[in-house]
Amino acid sequence: MANALKKRTPTMNNIPAEYGLVLSALLFVTGLIGVLARRNIIFILLSIEIMLNAAGLAFISAGSKWGQADGQVMFIFILVMAAAEVSVGLAIVLQLFHFLRTVNSDQTNTMRG
Amino acid sequence: MELLWLVPALPLMGFLILALAGKRISKPFVALIGAGSVALSALATLVVAVNFFSYQHAYTQTLWTWLEIGKFHSDIALAIDSLSVVMVLVITFVGFMIHLYATESMSAEEDGYSRFFAYMNLFIASMLLLVLADNLLLLYLGWEGVGLCSYLLIGFWYKDAVNSRAAMKAFIVTRVGDTAMALGLFILYQELGTLRISEILRLALSIWPSGSTIAVISSALLLGGAVGKSAQIPLHTWLPDAMAGPTPVSALIHAATMVTAGVYLIARMNLLFSLAPPVMIAVAVIGAATLLLAGISALVQSDIKRALAYSTMSQIGYMFLALGVGAWTAAIFHFMVHAFFKALLFLSAGVVIDSLHHERDMFKMGGLRHQLPLAFWCFLIGTASLSALPLITAGFYSKDFILWETLASDHGSIWLWAAGIAGALFTSAYAFRMVFLIFYGKERSETVHSITVQPGIRIKAPLIILAALALIAGFVQMPGTLGGLSLFSAFMSQSLPLTRTVLTAISETAMQYLSATISLLGIFIAYIFFLYNPNYIRHFVQKPLGFAVQCFLANGWNIDRLYDILFVRPFVFAARTNRHDIIDLFYQLIALLHRVANRALCASQSGNVRRYAFGIAVGAALILGMVVFK
Amino acid sequence: MITIFYISAAVAFISSILAISRSNAVHALLYTIVSLLAVALTFYLLGAPFAAALEVVIYAGAIMVLFVFVVMMISSGHGAVQQERKWLDSRIWLGPSVLSAILAIELLSVVLMQNEHVSSGSVVESKQVGMALLGPYMLGVELASLLLTAGLVGAYHIGKRIEKKDSDHE
Repeated sequence: MANALKKRTPTMNNIPAEYGLVLSALLFVTGLIGVLARRNIIFILLSIEIMLNAAGLAFISAGSKWGQADGQVMFIFILVMAAAEVSVGLAIVLQLFHFLRTVNSDQTNTMRG
Repeated sequence: MELLWLVPALPLMGFLILALAGKRISKPFVALIGAGSVALSALATLVVAVNFFSYQHAYTQTLWTWLEIGKFHSDIALAIDSLSVVMVLVITFVGFMIHLYATESMSAEEDGYSRFFAYMNLFIASMLLLVLADNLLLLYLGWEGVGLCSYLLIGFWYKDAVNSRAAMKAFIVTRVGDTAMALGLFILYQELGTLRISEILRLALSIWPSGSTIAVISSALLLGGAVGKSAQIPLHTWLPDAMAGPTPVSALIHAATMVTAGVYLIARMNLLFSLAPPVMIAVAVIGAATLLLAGISALVQSDIKRALAYSTMSQIGYMFLALGVGAWTAAIFHFMVHAFFKALLFLSAGVVIDSLHHERDMFKMGGLRHQLPLAFWCFLIGTASLSALPLITAGFYSKDFILWETLASDHGSIWLWAAGIAGALFTSAYAFRMVFLIFYGKERSETVHSITVQPGIRIKAPLIILAALALIAGFVQMPGTLGGLSLFSAFMSQSLPLTRTVLTAISETAMQYLSATISLLGIFIAYIFFLYNPNYIRHFVQKPLGFAVQCFLANGWNIDRLYDILFVRPFVFAARTNRHDIIDLFYQLIALLHRVANRALCASQSGNVRRYAFGIAVGAALILGMVVFK
Repeated sequence: MITIFYISAAVAFISSILAISRSNAVHALLYTIVSLLAVALTFYLLGAPFAAALEVVIYAGAIMVLFVFVVMMISSGHGAVQQERKWLDSRIWLGPSVLSAILAIELLSVVLMQNEHVSSGSVVESKQVGMALLGPYMLGVELASLLLTAGLVGAYHIGKRIEKKDSDHE
């Protein structure tokens, strides 16, 4: 009986939202290092995915703190955006590779001046 | 009276026709338009004058509104009163005579014929606008117009660089005066709120006390403009060089009309000037100094036209002298008579010059009175009038009037009168010197044989008419001792105030005897030194001292050199040093900064994706930093 | 509960660092997937089970697999690994690390310098999320579907092979 009651009421988890935000910040910064340091386009895109994921984590933490669904909704939108971005981005990478025969991002510098 | 607008409009139309279509019109037709427009204008003037004589009150015809900016309002309005009537009559009639003369004397020109008459018509139109203007802004328009035409006509034969330089010199020197006058206009407008002449005089008389600083400043600035245009000291250096233009130009512009614009301005603004006694004194002193300086310089000139130019300067000095002592009517009377005999002198000199194929040096002429009888008699009559030969010439009456007023007026002084008398001595001396050098003495065979063409009717008629006027025009204003027929001053009293005379120790008759004796003495001196025994002079100038004196006087007392050292050289030096325009460096600096920034920004567009990402990251860090550590 | 959170957070962080520093593309991808899974667990611990499920299914399941496919198509084996090693010398980590450290300090100071007491969160059930999506955020859902369509069309069009002239015109 007590178990049934426990299932119905929303449970309180005791993980503070601030911890989630700290993790989000650290992951974001890690992704940023990856973007700035790597030359391979694929790796840059990968690091961007890490950053997006970190942003999503921040939203989830905020949603958890206030107890509202808006955090997860925002996360869903971020997910959708990441999916669209990855598909288009990788298509562009494929075309680049087809033309330049390399994945060195320093070679893609013709829009200069 | 409604025909008043035709008076300046007809020469203006002549100018437009000749300027736009002159090259395609045949020469006789050009002459017809050029001289005809002035003739029609003279006719219109006659009609207006007759009308004016019967009505005898001032009349203003407003044509249209010129400017209306905020509170500033200016019309194209022509005003006529007795002063304007006299001026306009002189300008149009003497102008017509000279145009007629020019149709024959300039007939040797090929392409320039229509250009010449276009400029001359524009000049007449501007001068008429100047004289008929109801407000000072329109007067200034005419003022600038005559300055422009003077430049164009002096440099008429522009292909010779000397003429162009003379034209530029005339324009630049008069520009100095014009700037002063413009400043005067600004001050008058700011203080009185209007530029209409009648209202300025009325307001100034009621608001400004006599001798107040503002009256002194504004009239001094107007005097600056008058001095420049009338070639008085210190802005006189351009007139002798202006003789580089054709003879009709010298006759019209630099003898009869434009150089008298300054006299007209002062006479028109007489109430304003009489509110500033220091300026009146300055006018008189400038007049006296100029008439002496120019008279002495004219004694040593060898070029006919330069001598006549100095003579003009000197006679306008007399007019300024009269204005300075408050003898307004006397000044205008002398202006009228001077216009007649000076135009006559220039035109006769033109006949001599053209007959001798552009020879201007008097020392190369001699004994021409048999070859050129008309020129001789006309020149003689003009010279007699210039020297104020007693009783028979018009010049006697006008100069006598001035000298009497200089002595007897309440602003006059004995020193000014003495200057005037000394000037009369010089005048008759240099005038008859010219007669003796050109027409008497030994004939030179080479000059005599080069006379081929005798003047035609278009030259003879103006000369005869002007000669007649130079003799009889004086009889309208005779001094009290000879009958007191004062038609002229009665007429002028409608617009000019009467001068108050104070009785003096020397009575009028004695003064007249004195001035008559002086002029005859001058003739005698000229006879002795230039006809009887020219060797006196020759020996004097061959000595070093004499040579130096002659050079000094002939160069206009070296004032040109003085101006060159004082003004021209520093200015040219400054202009050369500032060749690259130091002020411009500031703007170049701005452009340079932009270029540098552009290059820097271009360098940042490397196309390198990682660099861009780096930039974004740095920006994010900065902004967050601003938020966190604010 | 909190220890599990610490463990999964550590796994996520370390695997991210490993992911960005590998020379073999496939290795990096696998480490990324591990990081994503750890983050999914974190989501669940923070009381967002629906988000955790989505993270696993879509992010780690679809997007990363896409990455794997593309890497397979592009990387040419051993030569690529050599090239990556050549590009990754130690100098290159300095600048980004410094900048990122600055950014991390700023972010952490924003997060941690709150005067309030450390609070606990609550669980948000999927039912709540569903009601929010189909309620106030209806327009957002439609826009998201539009975005996906655009992504689909764009990816197809951009990824199309441009044939040479002498072959069939598509």
